[in-house]
Amino acid sequence: MTEEAAVRIKDMLEKDEILSSGHRMCAGCAAPTIVKLMGMALRGPTVVCEATGCLEVATTIYPYTAWKIPWIHVAFENASAVASGVVEAYKVMHQKGRFEHEHVDVIAIGGDGGTFDIGFGSLSGMLERGHDVVYMVYDNGAYQNTGIQRSGATLPGQETTTSWAGKVSPGKEQRKKPIAEIVAAHKIPYVATVSPYHRRDFIQKFRKALEVEGPAFIHAISPCPRGWRSETGKSMELAKLAVETGIHPLYEVFDGEEYKMSGPSKRIKELTPIEDYMKPQGQFRHLFKDPQWEGFREQIQTWIKEDWELLKKKCGVE
Amino acid sequence: MSLRVRSCRAHSGCVLVVNEVNTEPEGRANMPKTSYSKPSVGATGKTGSWRTFDPVINYKECSKCRTCWLYCPEAVITLEDDGTPHIDYDYCKGCGICAQVCPRKCIDMVRKGTRDEEDEE
Repeated sequence: MTEEAAVRIKDMLEKDEILSSGHRMCAGCAAPTIVKLMGMALRGPTVVCEATGCLEVATTIYPYTAWKIPWIHVAFENASAVASGVVEAYKVMHQKGRFEHEHVDVIAIGGDGGTFDIGFGSLSGMLERGHDVVYMVYDNGAYQNTGIQRSGATLPGQETTTSWAGKVSPGKEQRKKPIAEIVAAHKIPYVATVSPYHRRDFIQKFRKALEVEGPAFIHAISPCPRGWRSETGKSMELAKLAVETGIHPLYEVFDGEEYKMSGPSKRIKELTPIEDYMKPQGQFRHLFKDPQWEGFREQIQTWIKEDWELLKKKCGVE
Repeated sequence: MSLRVRSCRAHSGCVLVVNEVNTEPEGRANMPKTSYSKPSVGATGKTGSWRTFDPVINYKECSKCRTCWLYCPEAVITLEDDGTPHIDYDYCKGCGICAQVCPRKCIDMVRKGTRDEEDEE
């Protein structure tokens, strides 16, 4: 039953892609790549529970679906609750002899709106109950599906349709929710942040998340050309820059206590200036156009540096 | 596919309207009436029509590293046994991620319609 995770390209070729082509995700969206990499890490029978979001809306237009594995759609706020139910249901069905497999991997996927804001209560409940579910959030920084509204994952300075930038405001003024650390504070066995650009790191972490007993959480950054107003071809480059600038550092947390920085982040000698990440994106355009927001830009850089230093201390690096 | 022809109800009054009647088995009307969806390729039509720029692989330069295949969000790149990539233009949305990640930069994005289709093989 248990298949190996495909970390080498040679092994990946043996694995089937779990999302077929011809779905309606925007050109250049990184979420299908994230799902593809997720598929490389699977080890046996798997069920995906998905909250409403871009990925759900665009891949499953009734009566069709692009998913090749069992998949269930639930509302924005209860993906984790339904995932808990699926775990329990399979357990009971196996006990009654109605289902052959003893263990089914259950993955819950949510966008950043469905995880950071709306579904947070049910996520927290699932973590507290300790159901064996891997929750993955693909974080594209706003409610891109409903028209680019601001969410808890929106970066400071980001312009959205509910945090306009102009003479009065520099876009969103508040900081981003540190979701991985909030989840780690539940003392669950495994939390990790990933980027689709670093594929080996991604697959290894996802496999680790599947293998642990109890809940695990994966935070993936997913560049969105439509909402970020960037070139479609630059998605993977932005995913890489997010790691290099320290906006989305890669690390793992075991049992809520032991922080471990992952290779791609560990190798960073000095953070790339945040401007490199912002310039290819139209949503940060105002920070460069209007001289009055220069101070705010420096403020964002300071926040990111602070977070980075704090994280380094937690991970015991240098 | 069969064609149904009826007269136009609009008041310009002079044209015939041709409706396509879908008789292909994968059509929406012929799918089983279930509460679940069946997976299929091209579930929402041929998304290749979204494309503005076509990716064209320069096979002389290609080192068969499979990076484009790995990062393609549409899963439209298929590999031969030796790793030679081929792009399915029916579903490719032309995002250009493959051209960007290619380590040898041997995928060019050319405007749709200017691609020489015979050049492919």
